[in-house]
Amino acid sequence: MKYLLQRIVLTIPVLAGVSLIVFAIMHVIPGDPVQAMFAGTGATKEQMEAMRHILGLDQPLLVQYLGYVTRAVQGDWGESIHFKQPVSLLILERMPATIELTLFSFTISLLVALPLGILSALKRNTLIDYFAMTSATLGLALPTFWVGILLIMLVSVNLGWLPGFGRIEYGFDLQRITGFYLVDSLLTGNIAAFKDALAHLVLPSFALGIPTATSLTRMVRSAMLEVIHQDYVTTARSKGLLEQVVIVRHELRNAFIPVITLIGVLLGNLLGGAVVTETIFAWPGIGRMVIQAIYSRDFLLVQGIVLFFALMRIAINLMTDVLYVWIDPRIKNI
Amino acid sequence: MVESQASRLPSDLEMLAHPPSKLKRIVSTLLLSRTALLGALIFALFLLIAIFASLLAPYDPTEQDLKLRLLPPLGMGESANPAYPLGTDNLGRDILSRLLFGSRISLIVGVSTILLSGVVGSLIGAVAGFYRGTWDNLAMRLVDVWMAFPSLLMAIAFGAALGPGLVNVVLALSLTTWVVYCRVVRAEVLSIRERDYVVAAQSIGVRDLHIILRHVLPNVLASILVVSTLQMGTVIVSEASLNFLGVGIQGSVPTWGGMLADGREFMRQAWWLATFPGLAISVVVLGINLLGDGLRDALDPRLRRT
Repeated sequence: MKYLLQRIVLTIPVLAGVSLIVFAIMHVIPGDPVQAMFAGTGATKEQMEAMRHILGLDQPLLVQYLGYVTRAVQGDWGESIHFKQPVSLLILERMPATIELTLFSFTISLLVALPLGILSALKRNTLIDYFAMTSATLGLALPTFWVGILLIMLVSVNLGWLPGFGRIEYGFDLQRITGFYLVDSLLTGNIAAFKDALAHLVLPSFALGIPTATSLTRMVRSAMLEVIHQDYVTTARSKGLLEQVVIVRHELRNAFIPVITLIGVLLGNLLGGAVVTETIFAWPGIGRMVIQAIYSRDFLLVQGIVLFFALMRIAINLMTDVLYVWIDPRIKNI
Repeated sequence: MVESQASRLPSDLEMLAHPPSKLKRIVSTLLLSRTALLGALIFALFLLIAIFASLLAPYDPTEQDLKLRLLPPLGMGESANPAYPLGTDNLGRDILSRLLFGSRISLIVGVSTILLSGVVGSLIGAVAGFYRGTWDNLAMRLVDVWMAFPSLLMAIAFGAALGPGLVNVVLALSLTTWVVYCRVVRAEVLSIRERDYVVAAQSIGVRDLHIILRHVLPNVLASILVVSTLQMGTVIVSEASLNFLGVGIQGSVPTWGGMLADGREFMRQAWWLATFPGLAISVVVLGINLLGDGLRDALDPRLRRT
């Protein structure tokens, strides 16, 4: 508990730093950010002055920053110039799409990487090991956006097996409860919508998950290899424990400690990767919205989304710390 | 048996008297690894292509000929033209020439980003590890803050705020890459500062800056080199991502990411537009990663986890 409290307290300076960087995004724009926002829109000088006043850009930097932090804490993340809606509302609306894609992709990555990494360590220098390591090396070199395009070209356009764009086909009348289509379709008993939403998830999740799966496979393998030769594993085996018990209780549990660190980092990276994947697959999430916001020079929205992603990542890191305590009880005493 | 031992003895003694230089050791370790050799070969080829692109490219990469638009690659249809072995794009530009010139941007951005972020990150890491205390705390909190942002998103946001252009892409990518160097160098310096030669230098009154630059950083160079190679692949993919998303280098300059973005719009009728630049990125990144893995094993196996 003390350890967790310590971790929570440590996130406060990180949050302060994050807010400072997000605030800086608006201020590294060369020249006047308001002029950049209204470039090509034919806005009058008065309109630009009004916006400058709304954004507080006519005030000293420190006042601007403090005002930004105060408003951000109160949930006021400004209004999108393009969508004419509050930034926080836009993010909340699209958040389920991004989280659903990220979690689904993450699950697929885990399902592939864990058995593959464990097997390749247990069967070191066999065909399985070579296959796993070659795939992992190749997978790390493939750019997500290219894999995405190839998948759309092959699986969606040429073979017509799976949909390549969007979250669900037009025509499905899905009642929004949580915003997670898989959950909403199950809650409302709409099995056809569930199947369709699932089919839409497959390709983007696969493209997004490749770097995660490859990094995890390598990490799980090397962590397992380190643990396999530890004295306590030899002891466990020599006292006649079943092989499965040795693997699960003594090897896997200890090998997972470094793996969990990586899982936290990778989950955070998945959120970042969603920006590219959502753009390719026309996935209506926050990642795609940030690119639209950049094109329309909607900097308040860009700021809001970057802040949101950073907060999500901090939350993931905190959750990783909780998992640590669960998996490695020695940490409680630190 | 006795004979073979006796015949080996002089060379062993020679080895002890004249140990092989570090460079020789690295090269021999690299030569022993087939994958590292393959990586080095791919990387060397990439360097040569980028440097001599203007000599190798059959056409001007920006030259348009709408009569020749969307020609398929050789052997992929009747309309294929042997003069354009990888086909042409939607504006009739030669894909091969654009690919060759595109390698330049990847190399320039990759090397510049690695240099800029490497120098800044290593210096911050060295100061943090050497002085510890407040400096270290400050640097590590800064790293914590930085690590809270998904790196690609941060690069996109800064890239968008700074505006398009080669220099801005390098700046945006450097802003996200320096932390990797900072963490690795700091960890190394924490242990190096306790070594006898550093303590000896301090005790005879050598200035801290001199100690950091002359005694500490040279001993971290191996790790910096390994991190640089492994980061180069990541930077090239990030640069391509920025160009793909339209927040990178704009205009007529051919970039692999930009070519992929163009290709995406024509993927139904011309698969080759998106396939070749993606393949080029993958092969180069694969080569760099293989070389990086080999260098890591030769120079600093402790970095295997990074």
